[in-house]
Amino acid sequence: MNNIDTKTSFTIMGFLILIVGILQSWGVAFSILNLCLISAVMSMGVNIQWGFAGLINFGVMGFLAIGGLATILVSVPPVLESWSVGGLGIIFSLLFLIFIIFLCLFINKRYSNAKYKYQIIFLIVVLTIPAIKLISGPSIKLIESINPAAQGYLGGLGLPIIFSWFIGGIMSAAIAFVIGKICLGLRSDYLAISTLLISGIIVSVIKHEEWLSRGVKNVIGLKRPAPYEVNLQNSEWFVKMIETIRFWGPTTKDIIISSSGIFVKLCFTVIFSITLLILLYLSERAINSPWGRMMRAIRDNETAAKAMGKNIVKQQLNIFMIGSAIIGFAGAMLVTYDGLFTPSSYQPLRYTFLIWVMVLLGGSGNNYGSILGGFVVWFIWIESAPIALFIINFCTFFLEYNNPIKLHLIESVPYFRYLMMGVGLLLVMRYKPEGLLPEKKISF
Amino acid sequence: MDFINAIILLSNFVLVPSITYGSQLALGAIGVTLIYGVLRFANFAYGDLMAFGTMCVILFTWLFKSWGINFGILPTALLALPFGVILTIGVSLFFDKTVFKYYRNKKSSPVTFIVVSLGIMFVLNAVVRIIIGPNDIVFMDGSRFIINAVDFKETTGLLEGLTIKTTQVITLITTSVTCFILFNFLNKTKTGKSMRAYSNNEDLALLSGIDPNKIILITWIIVSILATIAGTLYGLDKSFKPFTYFNNLLPIFAATIVGGIGNPLGAFYGGFVIAFSEIALTYAYKKFIFYLLPFSSDSTNLIQYISTDYKFAISFAILVVVLIFRPQGIFKGKVI
Amino acid sequence: MYFSAHNLTGGYGEVNVIENCNFKVNRGEIVSILGPNGAGKSSAMKAMLGMLNLDSGTVTLDGADISNFNTQDRIKLGISFVPQVNNIFSELTVKENLEMGAFTSSDSIEGKIEEMYDLFPAIKEKKHQFAGELSGGQRQQVAIARALMNNPSILMLDEPTAGVSPVVMQEIFEHIIRIKEKNIAILMVEQNASQALKISDRGYILVTGKNAYQGTGNDLLSNPEIRKTFLGG
Repeated sequence: MNNIDTKTSFTIMGFLILIVGILQSWGVAFSILNLCLISAVMSMGVNIQWGFAGLINFGVMGFLAIGGLATILVSVPPVLESWSVGGLGIIFSLLFLIFIIFLCLFINKRYSNAKYKYQIIFLIVVLTIPAIKLISGPSIKLIESINPAAQGYLGGLGLPIIFSWFIGGIMSAAIAFVIGKICLGLRSDYLAISTLLISGIIVSVIKHEEWLSRGVKNVIGLKRPAPYEVNLQNSEWFVKMIETIRFWGPTTKDIIISSSGIFVKLCFTVIFSITLLILLYLSERAINSPWGRMMRAIRDNETAAKAMGKNIVKQQLNIFMIGSAIIGFAGAMLVTYDGLFTPSSYQPLRYTFLIWVMVLLGGSGNNYGSILGGFVVWFIWIESAPIALFIINFCTFFLEYNNPIKLHLIESVPYFRYLMMGVGLLLVMRYKPEGLLPEKKISF
Repeated sequence: MDFINAIILLSNFVLVPSITYGSQLALGAIGVTLIYGVLRFANFAYGDLMAFGTMCVILFTWLFKSWGINFGILPTALLALPFGVILTIGVSLFFDKTVFKYYRNKKSSPVTFIVVSLGIMFVLNAVVRIIIGPNDIVFMDGSRFIINAVDFKETTGLLEGLTIKTTQVITLITTSVTCFILFNFLNKTKTGKSMRAYSNNEDLALLSGIDPNKIILITWIIVSILATIAGTLYGLDKSFKPFTYFNNLLPIFAATIVGGIGNPLGAFYGGFVIAFSEIALTYAYKKFIFYLLPFSSDSTNLIQYISTDYKFAISFAILVVVLIFRPQGIFKGKVI
Repeated sequence: MYFSAHNLTGGYGEVNVIENCNFKVNRGEIVSILGPNGAGKSSAMKAMLGMLNLDSGTVTLDGADISNFNTQDRIKLGISFVPQVNNIFSELTVKENLEMGAFTSSDSIEGKIEEMYDLFPAIKEKKHQFAGELSGGQRQQVAIARALMNNPSILMLDEPTAGVSPVVMQEIFEHIIRIKEKNIAILMVEQNASQALKISDRGYILVTGKNAYQGTGNDLLSNPEIRKTFLGG
């Protein structure tokens, strides 16, 4: 199969979304487009780690969750009552935790040759767990008892939500630093398993520490960087604009409502597109710089690169942090778009492995590839249900409408997306392992 | 002080569940470790292979029940088990032939195998849910309890009741028998030894005239048997939820690596280490401690080391610790 | 000649590591292949085993041309190979290693195992120990014993004394002499040239992939030029 041109593939992609708009609705088309853009950012983050540095990060879900957490920690207004009853306790517990961590690091360094160093650190950790519970327990209880139906947590900083995207990136980079220090020396399959499991721990913590994130009770009604539909529907300038655009016919209430929906999505599209373009520009600059070439040299032949004096570990850690920061950034984007934070929704299949399919299918090591992968895979993911329904109806046209087999198949339409993903991934890995848009080889 | 009640309490809430859960993890971990040792990759599709096997067993169970066949006090699923195993073996060999073999011949990197196993995971996940639906399925029949708490308390006059479910006993017996047969196979038969030899030193095994295709075939057969049994035991004990089988794979990975990857006996022990840790560390020891104290107390403290919310996190944390400090596993080396 | 190789030319990729090499060995003979580092000794042995890509050359065993046979088939015909590294199953016991050596035979192997214990008494008492736990010299003995289990007619060894102490090297050479007494053809690549030649009937010296010298062990040992260049004077 010949290499598809970048422009052609994106044009085709554009067409597909256009068709959805025409055949289904423009609202759906813009929804898909927005999520394609967010997926593209996620996929670029993973690609930086995998395509450029050869690092397998199966912990994508964890970083997305951290990004989501950032949105509420930054944008939700603070629950002052909770802060007054439990704030001090929490701060004290956090300081205690930080103290213990530094204590362990100190013992590790200073007494590095001591016989029972590890045993002592282990003992400290074992004792710290109940200690933290004791210290923070009362505060947590108090915080969670403040208006548990709507709040029951500390809330956030009340800042504009766009800030949370950057905070999400920074938080993810910080956690990536810790994970990287622990795991980056491991070989690829162990790295994959450990990142997967650590992301499980991260999501677990976010799900269960209700004083922080409301846990499974979710946080709804987040702020927006775009107008609200209701406000648009009631503003004169908007109604006037719609009437001017639809010069061919009357503008009914329904049209105003659906137009407001599209307008909001369009606002997001603009914001997300600008973000993606900036990211693409930065990433292309980086990849074509001497630093980018060095990273790929390390990926392709670690031993040789080491012999040339490059500090592999440090560079890998940097890339790991940058990639994770972008993933966290995307996580915040997603929660912003959804307008709610649901910790229980973070599952490996949807939030880790689906992104990996995007990277692999699109083309690892190529920024445009990961964007295309994000678009294509998300599109298939969403449109698979109607497509599957269509195919099933087509194939079983000879069966009665209430035939049990036919009914059963129709019921299972939501799972065909997994089948398509799996088969798609297998086909790509077999026949075009470099992906749709392969990495551009460096030529001198 | 009331030792007997304390011990019964601990057995009921810690010992018995740990042995049951440990057995299920052990079977799964042995399967994962055999694939790693012989085929040399971490199979992310194993959880969904277990789901597939269990699904087949459930379908045959329903078939048998519709024919009026049952197994008395034991679950009908046990009768359906061999048939489920055969189908699972078929699926494994199918995927080996159509997918894994290609990459074996190309001598692809471990990453490629992992990615490809992800593809198979998606496919199996979909197939199971398409065929049997995503809902919770309870396919246990026969008598539920061997000992139930009420009868126990009446007979012994103790305060604490001991409950032993049929599925728990079945799990223990099935696991013991399976492992007994498996380890005898690996250690006493020529084919089993050749499997261990191939896993240990592939080049020398080829030089000794060992046929790699035969080894790979036998490995997939054994692994499929283990997956079906483990999945079925888990499904009988709790219920069959296709969605959770991937999540169950994570503690299995932990058990495999803790036991030393490629080491079946280590995987066996690893399963119990993980299970015991998860349950023992999240149990609320309040009642237990109070049975042991020479005085009574009204404290509301649960005396629970880690909250049950973090059960899974414990096995993950154990794994990460092992990977940093002792990546070759706690049980160094050797099979029996 | 029982086993011979003619005009072997081949290598890895485009570069030829060996060119027009010839070797012969008879049953009950010890023949050494010697030469400086990088001369192609191990590659020549691998070529004879079918583990190297050959551009040209033939390999004959007991009159039959086996040049197109793959490694596994050559082993079934009675050629045994002891690699330089990774030559035992470290996670199997000594006894199990021997059993694997006789994998392709369907007869009872108990007698053969006893024979190996006689030949290598040091490993007999360790028969239920994992081979990976033995000392370097004992591991070599297990490696050689494993290769002998299938009653090979020709035994090929790649640097059997690499990395062992002088005492252990002597022990290994003594074992090889006893194997020779069983009328097995022995071909060995060696770095310890003078020691190897002392026990060899004949020897080949390779230089940059080509046959440079050959002759009986004594002839090569007493040749002043060879002594100066390869045997350290």
